[in-house]
Amino acid sequence: MKKTRVLWLTLMSCNGNTHSFLNYPYIEQFLNDFEFIYHPIIDSDYTLEEIISQDIACDILLIEGSVADDFIKAGVPGIDIIKRYAKIVEKIVTVGTCATFGGIFRESNYKDVSGLHFQEERRTDKYNDLFEKTVSISGCPVHPEVLVSTLYAIKKGLSLKLDAYLRPKEYFSYTIHNGCTRNEYFEYKVDNHHFGELEGCMFYDHGCRGPFTHGSCNKILWNEVNSKTRAGLPCMGCTEPSFPKRNIFETKKNMGIPEFLPVGVSKRTYLTLAGITKAFTIDRLEKKLFDD
Amino acid sequence: MNDKKEQKKEQIIVASLHLFATKGFYNTTIPDIALSLKMSVGNMYNYFKSKDLLAKEIIKFVSSYFGRKIKAINEENISTKEKTRKIVEVYFQTALLKPEMIDYFLRIYLSTREVFKEGCEGMICVNDFVTEIMIYFEEGVKCGDLRDQDFFSAFGLFMGYMGGMVFLKGENVLPKELDQYIDDVSSNIYKALSA
Repeated sequence: MKKTRVLWLTLMSCNGNTHSFLNYPYIEQFLNDFEFIYHPIIDSDYTLEEIISQDIACDILLIEGSVADDFIKAGVPGIDIIKRYAKIVEKIVTVGTCATFGGIFRESNYKDVSGLHFQEERRTDKYNDLFEKTVSISGCPVHPEVLVSTLYAIKKGLSLKLDAYLRPKEYFSYTIHNGCTRNEYFEYKVDNHHFGELEGCMFYDHGCRGPFTHGSCNKILWNEVNSKTRAGLPCMGCTEPSFPKRNIFETKKNMGIPEFLPVGVSKRTYLTLAGITKAFTIDRLEKKLFDD
Repeated sequence: MNDKKEQKKEQIIVASLHLFATKGFYNTTIPDIALSLKMSVGNMYNYFKSKDLLAKEIIKFVSSYFGRKIKAINEENISTKEKTRKIVEVYFQTALLKPEMIDYFLRIYLSTREVFKEGCEGMICVNDFVTEIMIYFEEGVKCGDLRDQDFFSAFGLFMGYMGGMVFLKGENVLPKELDQYIDDVSSNIYKALSA
């Protein structure tokens, strides 16, 4: 089968998504099916100079990093490279939260830093003509399996169902809470969590944003092994438009009541359920999982 | 359960609420309640299997009554100060017009804990009411009117103060009617809780 030609273009970025992609466990198989016409780290057929000066045949444009009109890449405005290849490729994929929503570089000195189509939740309307071609894979960094699986879906011409931010629903309809190994602690309001330990829920005190962050981290494990919440670190909400937040290890509460609640759950419903479950003590959940 | 049976259950709750609050829990028997409703004792047991179960249903009934009232206040587009006044008003007006409601809470629910130990753990049986108070606090803090603090320190201040006033009224100690204390009590509560 013909290899799918991919351009990995890095704009305002820490290269975190590039590194995350290198952790994809079946990268050899991937490189049998795809070839990079340019990638910042992996050997590729063309130099960045050639990419900028010529129209090289390409199927998918991957954008890593935030977008700003005045950001210069290899001597030309980064956005000009996007525009040039947007005409050539079949699909554009924004890789990571910066390319999708602007991410941490919104704090930089560049003007109007955003993702390709969104500045946080707001649609920018700057590149409307590219909207239909775009798929977003948010995350800081991107989940390598979610990225690769999406690229295979594009290669096979599958019709991807996307959410309002152009993210494949296959991966972003779920919350990080889904599949979290601490769900019982959440259900029964056992919140005595200590960082790095297996017991307790991190939603109440340690800022876990799993119940209102969309993604598949606890369904498709990282490095096929683990996730933040399973390992004892709160979900930081890295796939969401508002990422990064400040005070990420603290739960914002008003008079002891979390300000942000599980997505779609009303305050009244949450408090009613919490009031009932908090009344009980489940001995099993109060103890260490392993006594020795 | 059909509507007719639900209505009858509510009648039993209202009648027994009155009897429990005036005569006390242990001095009121199922035959007393049946007699007050002109029902047979056997038929009473078709609705409630025991006096303890009835007692738990009553506190849920009282909690739900206050829950609905405070929910309506929470949903009004008014300041936290005004909400505070309205909640105090509802509480004191209920103490005046339906004294059995608050008497039941203070003199049966809080004083006969052995009856409520199983089935009413924690705040389960008063959840409707507590949930609305939580929402009142949370929204008050969120809009900057109330000071952020531990829920129970605020809850204790609010409920302890209002309950204390109604208790004093019940003991015939207060020189004035309860409704004449609404302004001062609500103003004191708001000052104590405000940011």
